Amino acid sequence: MRKFAIVALGLVLLAPLASLAAEPASETLDWESWHADNEVSNVASLQRGARNFMNYCVGCHSMRFMRYSRLATDLKIPTDELKANLLPAGASPADYIQSSLAAKDAVAWFGKEPPDLSLIARSRGIDHIYRFLKTFYADPARPNRTNNLVLDSPAMPAVLSELEGVKEAVFKNVEVTVDGKTAVEKHFDHFVTVAPGQLTAPEYDAFVRDTVNFLDYAGEPAQVDRRSIGVWVVLFLLVFTWFAYLLKKEYWKDVH
Amino acid sequence: MASNEAADKPGFWGWLNKRLAVDQVWRQHFSEYYAPKNFNFWYFFGSLALMVLVLQLVTGIYLAMFYKVGDVSAFDSVEFIRREVSYGWLLQYLHAVGASAFFIVVYLHMYRALLYGSYKAPRELLWLFGMFIYLALMAEAFMGYVLPWGNMSYWAATVIINLFSTIPVIGPGLVEWIRGDYGVADATLNRFFSLHVVVIPMALLLVFLHVVALHEVGSNNPDGVEIKARKGSDGRPLDGIPFHPYYTVKDIVGVGVFLLLFAIVVFFAPTFGNLFMEEANFEPANPLSTPEHIAPSWYFTPYYAILRAVPNQRIGALLLLLAVLAFFFLPWLDRSPVKSIRYRGGLYKAFLALFTVSFLSLMYLGLKPATGAYVTAARVFSVGYFAFFLLMPWYSRADRVKPVPERVTFHA
Repeated sequence: MRKFAIVALGLVLLAPLASLAAEPASETLDWESWHADNEVSNVASLQRGARNFMNYCVGCHSMRFMRYSRLATDLKIPTDELKANLLPAGASPADYIQSSLAAKDAVAWFGKEPPDLSLIARSRGIDHIYRFLKTFYADPARPNRTNNLVLDSPAMPAVLSELEGVKEAVFKNVEVTVDGKTAVEKHFDHFVTVAPGQLTAPEYDAFVRDTVNFLDYAGEPAQVDRRSIGVWVVLFLLVFTWFAYLLKKEYWKDVH
Repeated sequence: MASNEAADKPGFWGWLNKRLAVDQVWRQHFSEYYAPKNFNFWYFFGSLALMVLVLQLVTGIYLAMFYKVGDVSAFDSVEFIRREVSYGWLLQYLHAVGASAFFIVVYLHMYRALLYGSYKAPRELLWLFGMFIYLALMAEAFMGYVLPWGNMSYWAATVIINLFSTIPVIGPGLVEWIRGDYGVADATLNRFFSLHVVVIPMALLLVFLHVVALHEVGSNNPDGVEIKARKGSDGRPLDGIPFHPYYTVKDIVGVGVFLLLFAIVVFFAPTFGNLFMEEANFEPANPLSTPEHIAPSWYFTPYYAILRAVPNQRIGALLLLLAVLAFFFLPWLDRSPVKSIRYRGGLYKAFLALFTVSFLSLMYLGLKPATGAYVTAARVFSVGYFAFFLLMPWYSRADRVKPVPERVTFHA
């Protein structure tokens, strides 16, 4: 959208690698219009998301409102499988999902405590997380060599880069006029993959979608129940209101 | 009628009525309470407000059984209710969405009074009781909003309580007294929980007085005709019908439609696109992290927009107060000889339209950041809002009214 609104003076590639200059100019990546489009009723997707969470997130992020047992029940994971694959050593199924990363260490290593993810889908929105997980890029200027389009200078390193691969961001200089003053701003244009990961782009997209789906579920575990009960409540009220209306009509025949 | 007929009857009914006037009260307020037969859509909201009140009471009692007040426990206990209490999510959503529903119903109920002049003599006291209920509702909603102790709870409390600091001389001390601390803190949360519960009996007393006052003077109606002025040979108003069964069965239809809409929100969109429950409130209260954009709940935003439209905070807070209190004076600001909008002239209609547009626009603007064109618009609509009240003594008298019929208009 921006490219239509603003006159671009020159396409100057700021990428540090000379090889990038040979990249053909592609269309600006419109990441701000991406949607998670996840489906909380899809149990298979939730199971994959839970697996992703246990493999890649729980090392640093807790989910302190969520019990393993609740997760197993809702996601139809048998108890023996839960114990074999998801439950940390020594934990009981009734335990809440805790990270093994000590808060003190987290502050020492990353500069802050990683947020609990129980409610992240509700407080930030699913699209926000989806975009966040898909817009990490290498930034040598930062201490953790990582940056992100959604969250500038994140404390979180690009932990999923072994799957997604390493991307670099290509920016272009855009002249922006605000209140009569013209300034040159750096605007994101597109990503360039500099090292491939274990997953192809569609596979990684599915990985993120499943993970976001799981976070969406975890934010409100009752939501599938809520919708299915809601259908019956609404149907009942439709019938009830119809009968109430007939009753009213019958009584009001006498009013002239 | 003999008031004690039922007491002469044999058996339990007679025994009971000799000791408690159940039958008499039933007849006086239901089966022989005569209401105008021409009530329309706008007359559903009184009974609906009563129903939402009961809904809030019942869900509130259950929530209070699991809610743990305190700055370290409140947020977690609300989340515990949503996740681990059986149907706790339903209780919490009913209560939270119920708060918004309460305001929707009450605003429509109040708007009905503006349309049909229901605040005019002899219903001034009825109107005043209603306004005190509205104030109690605002207090309940504000304190209730703080209880989940999310980040928006915390910052909304901070902003609203700070309004009192604009009061000359005593302001800063008063704010500290309200909070019980130097900032919004555990002490504030605890007293808000206490008050959230304690206001209920006062609100119930006001509702009782509101209904008693209504039944003393009788209901107004869309024609603004006093039905008691024309009685039949049996002493009953010619245009009146017994509240029970006619309006009980009619109100049940209203309840059905209301619950249908209410259930759709509760079960399919409980946050209502960030309006009924905000995203920022799913993060625990954090004095070190201000949400990007602090706005009160949608039902307070018209007043909030007026506050922010004024560059001087003290005057802004004063206008906010006046914007709420202005409603109290309506019975005496309105000098029109007729009640209903049906028989008023173009002037009143124009000013009511101006008020309607201003109120709704301010509601929208209060949700937006206070910048540039939004502030300018808020100023324009604030003027529109106050013009409705301040100019009322003039335009309501200068208005060219139509003749009011002797009987209500009714098409069976």
